[in-house]
Amino acid sequence: MSEAFAAALVEWPASGVPRTPEAWLLTVARRKMIDAARRRQTGDESAAALAIIAEELSPAADENPEIPDERLRLMFACAHPAIDAGVRAPLILQTVLGFDAGAIGSAFLVAPTTMAQRLVRAKNRIRQAGIPFRVPERVELAERLDAVLEAIYAIYAEGWSDPAGTEARRRNLADEGIWLGRLVASLLPGEPEALGLLSLMLYAEARRGARRTAQGEYVPLAQQDPDAWDQPLIDEAEALLLRASDAGRIGRYQLEAAVQSAHVIRRRSGRTDWDAIERLYDALLSLTASPVVAINRAVAVAETRGASAGLAALDALKEDARLAEYQPYWAARAELLARCGDLPAAEAAYERAIGLESDESVRSFLQQRRAHVTVTASTLLPSGSSRNAA
Amino acid sequence: MRYLLLMYQQEAVMRNLPKETAREVHGAYMAYLDALKKAGVLVANHGLQPTSAAATVRAPNGKAVVLNGPFAETKEQLAGYFLIDVPDLDSALSWAERNPTASHGAVEVRPVWG
Repeated sequence: MSEAFAAALVEWPASGVPRTPEAWLLTVARRKMIDAARRRQTGDESAAALAIIAEELSPAADENPEIPDERLRLMFACAHPAIDAGVRAPLILQTVLGFDAGAIGSAFLVAPTTMAQRLVRAKNRIRQAGIPFRVPERVELAERLDAVLEAIYAIYAEGWSDPAGTEARRRNLADEGIWLGRLVASLLPGEPEALGLLSLMLYAEARRGARRTAQGEYVPLAQQDPDAWDQPLIDEAEALLLRASDAGRIGRYQLEAAVQSAHVIRRRSGRTDWDAIERLYDALLSLTASPVVAINRAVAVAETRGASAGLAALDALKEDARLAEYQPYWAARAELLARCGDLPAAEAAYERAIGLESDESVRSFLQQRRAHVTVTASTLLPSGSSRNAA
Repeated sequence: MRYLLLMYQQEAVMRNLPKETAREVHGAYMAYLDALKKAGVLVANHGLQPTSAAATVRAPNGKAVVLNGPFAETKEQLAGYFLIDVPDLDSALSWAERNPTASHGAVEVRPVWG
């Protein structure tokens, strides 16, 4: 799948961003129970939230009869451009899934009272500004859908950041993100980015359990046992990505899903497709200009063209102040410096990464890496050096 | 704004860590301290000696009474603090999350007057 995507990219215009075709028609939505059991679980609370919102909904109820699902309208209202981007995902969690402010605040690392205030403010804003509860017209759908997908991905990412699944505050968020992704994908089956996001989340979910040993130790992607990945989820993700690609409109989530596809191919071929990954990140970079993507691209470059080429790509990001407190930047830097043999600099970069990491098992992994570099460095010193004695 | 990050840990657990783990924990704090400094947000920090070294003074009616031990017997004890200067509470919370104590104890975040 990743190969097909990488190939398609060759035909992209140099500007990178594909134009949204004019001829986009809202497919009649299938009002379908994706997961009846799941719905029953959250049903009571979300029903209450929906009942409150329903009054506000009623004037708009007939504007888009082809999209009958109220939850979708609700999501578009929550992810409206007039709503602060940081509160969109929390708002969806509250109104669509019935989470309370305390649980949401805790998951997004915001004090519960602060989160409660933000949610109230946002809902007042929806009311006062007259934000409509409707699925946007097709001319603005792509952009507006992007905000919805981003909020759903934020929910999934919060859950993903609890690999052990032991934290009650985050445990369910990955599942909820996937559930919302399924909902949107089924209501907007003609929208390739909705399929792409669901595919991306399922690929990630397939590897979720393999990120820790039974003892809770962090396992980096390169060292994960592919047999521990969930094949049915991978199959579903591949099928979704294939369907998404049929639309011929490449976007961020399809590209990120394709990167995942190039990683999980190791399960069958025994080898990660780094060439495809580098090209996919090139495309993502031209689409998003995100420094996070640039870091991932540099890591891919280190695999395709050697560690010093990867390091040069990272060096180009040095001026970006946002990265000074971003752990993955320092971890990637440390790894590539070590591979290039600049051990003192690698040690210093590991130190930065360790200080910025909040997950204990990742911190422990980085400390082991740094210790390994330290030992290697000391054996390279001339004999008689005090460090050699250790 | 200035925030005090108060670290609450179980003294007995920390005291009895295997040597290797203790070294790793210490290293994690050093790296955290370094990250605060490099981010330019650190104002002050100290670790505290165990509560066995604590004395608590009360002077009701102007007569001082000194008690051995901490102010309150709790499951977790105050082990140290970081005073940081950051734009807002969210930023303070994200530094509290990175504090190694958050992995095994609790970090209380308190805005400072003035």
